[in-house]
Amino acid sequence: MPCLVKRSSLAQILVVVLSVEIMSEQVVPFEHFALEEREVEQALARVNVRAVDYADVYFESTISESVSMEEGIVKRAVKSISQGAGVRATAGEKTGFAYSDELSRRDLEIAADTARYIADSPEGDVTVPVTHRPAGTHNLYPLERPLTDVATQERVDLLNLIDQEARRYDSRITKVMASINTNHKVMLVATTEGLRAGDVQPLSRLQVTCIAEEGTNRQVGTFGGGGRVAFSFYHEQDRARAYAREAARQAILNLDAVDAPAGILPVVLGGGWPGILLHEAVGHGLEADFNRKKTSAFSNLIGQRVASDVCTIVDDGTLPSRRGSLNIDDEGTPTTRTVLIENGILRGYITDRLNARLMGIPLTGNGRREDFRSVVLPRMTNTFMLAGTSEPEDILRSVKKGLYAVSFGGGQVDITNGKFVFSASEAYLIEDGQVTKPIKGATLIGSGPDVLKQVSMVGHDLQLDSGIGTCGKEGQSVPVGVGLPTIRIDEITVGGTSA
Amino acid sequence: MHESPEVLKILAAELIDRVKVHGATEADVMVAEGDSLSVQVRLAAVDRLSKAREKSLGIRVFFGKRSASASTSDFSESSLKQLVTDTCALAKAVAEDETSGLPEQAAMATDVPDLDLYDPTTMPVEEAIDVAQRAERAALDVDPRVTNSEGAECDSAYGAVVLANTHGFLGYHRSSRFSLSVAPVVEGPDDQGMQRDYWYTVSRKRHELEGPESIGRIAAERTLRRLGARKVGTQRVPVIFDPETAGSVLGHLASAVSGYSLYKGASFLLGQLGKPIASQHVNVEDNGCLPGKLGSRPFDGEGLPTRKTMILEQGVLANYLLDTYSGRKLGMTSTGNASRSIGDNPTVSPSNLFFHPGEESPDEIIQSVTQGLYVTELIGFGVNVVTGDYSRGASGFWIENGELAYPVEEVTISGNLKQMFQDIESIGNDLVFRGKLASPTIRIREMMVGGH
Repeated sequence: MPCLVKRSSLAQILVVVLSVEIMSEQVVPFEHFALEEREVEQALARVNVRAVDYADVYFESTISESVSMEEGIVKRAVKSISQGAGVRATAGEKTGFAYSDELSRRDLEIAADTARYIADSPEGDVTVPVTHRPAGTHNLYPLERPLTDVATQERVDLLNLIDQEARRYDSRITKVMASINTNHKVMLVATTEGLRAGDVQPLSRLQVTCIAEEGTNRQVGTFGGGGRVAFSFYHEQDRARAYAREAARQAILNLDAVDAPAGILPVVLGGGWPGILLHEAVGHGLEADFNRKKTSAFSNLIGQRVASDVCTIVDDGTLPSRRGSLNIDDEGTPTTRTVLIENGILRGYITDRLNARLMGIPLTGNGRREDFRSVVLPRMTNTFMLAGTSEPEDILRSVKKGLYAVSFGGGQVDITNGKFVFSASEAYLIEDGQVTKPIKGATLIGSGPDVLKQVSMVGHDLQLDSGIGTCGKEGQSVPVGVGLPTIRIDEITVGGTSA
Repeated sequence: MHESPEVLKILAAELIDRVKVHGATEADVMVAEGDSLSVQVRLAAVDRLSKAREKSLGIRVFFGKRSASASTSDFSESSLKQLVTDTCALAKAVAEDETSGLPEQAAMATDVPDLDLYDPTTMPVEEAIDVAQRAERAALDVDPRVTNSEGAECDSAYGAVVLANTHGFLGYHRSSRFSLSVAPVVEGPDDQGMQRDYWYTVSRKRHELEGPESIGRIAAERTLRRLGARKVGTQRVPVIFDPETAGSVLGHLASAVSGYSLYKGASFLLGQLGKPIASQHVNVEDNGCLPGKLGSRPFDGEGLPTRKTMILEQGVLANYLLDTYSGRKLGMTSTGNASRSIGDNPTVSPSNLFFHPGEESPDEIIQSVTQGLYVTELIGFGVNVVTGDYSRGASGFWIENGELAYPVEEVTISGNLKQMFQDIESIGNDLVFRGKLASPTIRIREMMVGGH
């Protein structure tokens, strides 16, 4: 139940599209993974038996660094280096998959033999086609300076800055916790269709949590941001300190929060991160795997109305520097912008190779995996609703008694019956069109194929989230983005405690 | 296993020596490796077959009161050399932390008890496929309305861990885990739509896995009973959590009594030690040395012996869950609950955490309710451990006059964990260990159900 985020033939070296350090494509030697191209070819040949429709070898190396601070001191610094390869073969609906953190020829062979097992036929009777690179690749996250070049001291200084800013915000802020995580991933995929594609994928996130105390009343506030961005991102536009103030503001605000109401109410969602609604209510349900298996509440609804006509929703992996963006997906397909819902009508699914082939629908560049240990699944990138025409103030004024929710924790959905939840962490009562008291966190629950029919107004203020989302599906986490303009939902169930 | 225990132990010991040469005052090293096989079948065909071999090595070094950690999956000489150099450099960049350091030498585990956590029985691919297919078949055979399936999965995994530190501790243990799960999809008449549920068995021993036919049948029954689910009106009623959902309540308790939440001021149980926080018949135990159980281990993530710790004793908050660091922060000693991901600092997690069972059967508990909600599934993240505020999506059954009347979905249940623990009126006699958190059926006096 989903929640809710390396090589060629003809005696050439492996050619990868690289988007780091300089703005243009680069040639990266196969040796990044201490392998020769020939060894990869051999593994592919071994797995590519007659009954196999498609096979690929995915190589990945990741360097992650995490530095965190609490009690005013930076006390934790952690670095991890991982590398490995996954070999996959598909035959009909079947997938064989094996991975190893050893990249020797022997390990690749063992993996290839396992992957081939599902095809139930002997090795090596099919030739590998001429290799090629993906067409139309993007260059969405060029970094002048790789994240691995950022000294630990710079990270420490950034966290100290945040600590000071949060404490300065209000004397009732008693605890400040902050962490900066950076990831430098290099991936390469080689397929039996001859595709050789690679990418360097930077990713970072800065997270701040504050606790405010007043007597025995203790409240928490959290904020953060990031993306496929350089470290300088956090200093630009004073972002780091703004994150600190935002976390502190939420904690202080919650000191005065009253009990949330329970029952059906009109709810106005603010822009940005409340777009988690779309991720849970429709996004997961439109992933091709669930629809091929006909286990999604959206199965067989293409062309039908699933939202009011003011709703147009897209999944777009091509937005520069965004957390959910990718130049290519983990099967080497360039990412795209896919219209999921157009003026309320269900238009399309997001796909990976296996499901696109089996369903006879286009590839959308959404084949993603957490790492080399995981199989590819169709996953969202950045999912958002396009701007409408309403004034945000008018949307609030239209509500006599309801809720205005501007920030959320997580969400989750049951794909099959379509029921989803998302939990507000900053919300207010609306009384006679005015935003009044802050309320305690409450979970909102609805039904995916119905809730967007309740959207009666869409603001012109589309906003994307600040870059904090991680989506979980079948135990795999991948970074994603969401976005939303201010919208009005006429009816949704609010899980507060007051009658 | 790819390496013998001796090879892993020698590797760990060598790294300890190496970081000492770099001037580290204290250090620990963790090496882990494992093999796994996972088979998923769907509608009788093999959907996915995954096989894996993995290894990982993590070191944590201290230079006085400064420390850092790092990990790698590359065990080559050049990689390990780089790892040691990088980690030592990283440690020098962070601030001094007076509380940091290894446990006291005297507290280290002196022997590694055999807790019966390892079964070397291999599960050949053909057998795993057969087991999964039989389980799914059994589910599909229960009723014609079981029309589809998310599949059945049969997994086996074997792992070994070495932990060594500069106190001379060198522990090794291995474990295994077998599991089988089935997720049928049922379809009712037009207005009823589709439902999915699941059932599973998990065990350290191959022969302790429950039979595939029984798992499949239960999965189908659990799914079928959800057909025709509807919303109920917003109201305050008694709420019964089934064992699966009651386990999640223990998870929230574990977060709230974790030493890390407490010293950070991020727990609704701050300052409650020694005070009654639950009704008098509530006893919650954490026990890391129960033979054969899924949360057991012979030593914790710092090499301390695991033990039994009463968290709630007749409703009184008796102990926190601590490792060395969080214990020192609170002026206490570790409870042997350090948990470790390779190459990171220890944190606290429960071992086997469970409610002591009561006298009443689940049926008797349901019969005791005139109007209420029996919860079988919870979704979402609406739990705030700092304040105890609780609001989650729920599905289950409406109870009318002591009987399950009809299935319920798309409702919320909300309250505050402080009150919920005070309001635990009944604890069932149906305690079964299916994971690290184990609970019988529990009845909460009253919660707000949000519906239409």
